[in-house]
Amino acid sequence: MAEAKKPRLAVFKFSSCDGCQLTLLDCEDELLAVAGAIDIAFFPEATRSDDKGRYDLTLVEGSITTPHDAERIHDIRRRSKFLVTIGACATSGGIQALRNFADVKQFTSIVYARPDYISTLATSTPIADHVPVDFELRGCPISKHQLIEVISAFLAGRRPATPPHSTCIECKLKGNVCVMVAHGTPCLGPVTHAGCGALCPSFDRGCYGCYGPKETPNPASLSNRLGELGVSARDQKRLYRTFNANAPAFRDESSRHD
Amino acid sequence: MTDKSGKKTIKVDLLARVEGEGAFKVVVRNNKVERAELRIFEPPRFFEAMLRGRAYSEAPDITARICGICPVAYQMSSVHAMENVFGVKVEGQLRALRRLLYCGEWIESHVLHLAMLHAPDFLGYAGGIEMAKDHPAEVQLALDLKKAGNEIMTFVGGREIHPINVRVGGFYKVPRKRDLAPLCERLVVARDKAGALVEWVSKFDFPDHERDYVFVALRHPDEYPFNEGNIISNTGLDIPPSDYARHFAESHVPYSNALQAHMLDGRSYLCGPLARYNLNFEQLSERARDAAKTAGLGREIRNPYRSIVVRAVETLYAFDEAVRIIDAYEEPEAPHVDYEVKAGIGFGATEAPRGLLYHRYRLEADGTIAEANIVPPTSQNQASMEEDLMSFVGDMLDLPEIELQHRCEQTIRNYDPCISCATHFLKLEIDRG
Repeated sequence: MAEAKKPRLAVFKFSSCDGCQLTLLDCEDELLAVAGAIDIAFFPEATRSDDKGRYDLTLVEGSITTPHDAERIHDIRRRSKFLVTIGACATSGGIQALRNFADVKQFTSIVYARPDYISTLATSTPIADHVPVDFELRGCPISKHQLIEVISAFLAGRRPATPPHSTCIECKLKGNVCVMVAHGTPCLGPVTHAGCGALCPSFDRGCYGCYGPKETPNPASLSNRLGELGVSARDQKRLYRTFNANAPAFRDESSRHD
Repeated sequence: MTDKSGKKTIKVDLLARVEGEGAFKVVVRNNKVERAELRIFEPPRFFEAMLRGRAYSEAPDITARICGICPVAYQMSSVHAMENVFGVKVEGQLRALRRLLYCGEWIESHVLHLAMLHAPDFLGYAGGIEMAKDHPAEVQLALDLKKAGNEIMTFVGGREIHPINVRVGGFYKVPRKRDLAPLCERLVVARDKAGALVEWVSKFDFPDHERDYVFVALRHPDEYPFNEGNIISNTGLDIPPSDYARHFAESHVPYSNALQAHMLDGRSYLCGPLARYNLNFEQLSERARDAAKTAGLGREIRNPYRSIVVRAVETLYAFDEAVRIIDAYEEPEAPHVDYEVKAGIGFGATEAPRGLLYHRYRLEADGTIAEANIVPPTSQNQASMEEDLMSFVGDMLDLPEIELQHRCEQTIRNYDPCISCATHFLKLEIDRG
């Protein structure tokens, strides 16, 4: 019996720290099994190969920050049956989207001796602003269990199970004491997308929102509570403006504190 | 490609098996290497600008995002710089826990690079996954060791990539001694296996090339360097991190989005495992020194291809050190020390897996960051990488084209370059002719 043709996987990088694609290599127990089940056709961080042909599943890390990248993503989309974005950069623009709130010329001149030589866009934007995306996996970085779930789901032709509820639910499931109620620690858990397993509250720390907004968040209400806890408008703005600063719910709420 | 004028260009447009995106070009004319250029086209992310106006306390989490492979290095250099501003020292078990976390990062980063990214060069594979078909035991060993390193990261830091438990003054939460016991058992098993990793890579064929490098690394009086120490070199440099800018300078190159760091006299230098080993050999544990000896490493190493063996020796050392730290661990009274926020300038230099990582911050009175300056290891090694290509490629010109190209790649990978790191601070310059 002829062996069925393995589905082809590609991993592409845009503006990012490489951490989300590293997550695939961090699946030490699953990596060789994954490599057995699929053809890792293009993954330059791991192996030397040519980017050619079509892919059954394309994972995209990073945000769009240059004119060249804004072009490149269209070609990748055309050659991909399913395109899944992985991580905060690809799904919201990442930390580098802080430029979206600044005058990029001024931003450039702070860092660069010859700003006139800089070729960059004024904004950092998520992949979905440029091409249709089949699924967005959240997190800065993504969770490796969720990554395996996404790959398995697409290969099996089903929707990945990554609940869009809040980090608060994960705390409750874990039996954590609420850091905000019990200790008055500012926490973005009520408005943040689940997926990390309520990591920060489990370490006696408030959630800092690295998974971005949950479905139907109510950040204005959370901000009222943060104000009562004594968090200044400037610090509230900082809280919403980190790794998912450009996600609409966080962007709009942070701008209310400008 | 060779044209009629005898000009030959070796070009790789996307360098695989490195973190981030770069390319290189070597120009050969009349059988002589004329130019070697490492080009970095990773888009700039403006970290130093983004940090302005942020709270000092946000620096460890924000700078971690410069690199997903060595986030702990960024967290450590930034917290040390902030503590330097506030005049506070983190000592005792909190200091030891930071060192333990750094051991985890060295292990996961070193093993990823040496086994999955660099070993395929020596054994002739496109990558680690392809190599696994013929060398399943070695790849499995590497994955097991890497996993043990990541377990340290997860246990102490909360997760492998961008740990959440590091803060200025120490940690948010510290582990209980009894919870460390199962981890320690697994680390002892991994440490015993790490010797086999050293042995495996020590049997590779190493191209016979050496250079008279200036090695730069931290040196601490009592230990192999991670978090603290003076910046020293084999040419007599011995300075506190606060003097870094007086001895090192950065310059533009027209073909790369990158600044290159040099010594003030213009010489290139090398940082990372080879420099640490040459400058701090006697600080390694006995087990690591013995493994180095068995692997045929001398007291001094100037062949950069042997850096893969040094990485394996440092991996073994990191396991040894992690076990030592856990054995001596007592739960500290508080997860962090107190400090008073004030204005000032602070410096931090620590040893990322791939070399020296320097941070400098100027803070306002309320702890807001007014200025940030970050010099990652790959920027410091860039000039040295190009000089290696310049000096070594001449002897390789008779190799078949594809082999020559792969040999150039291998030469760059000796440095475990992290291009994502190198770019954020790089002053992008496009030569428009």
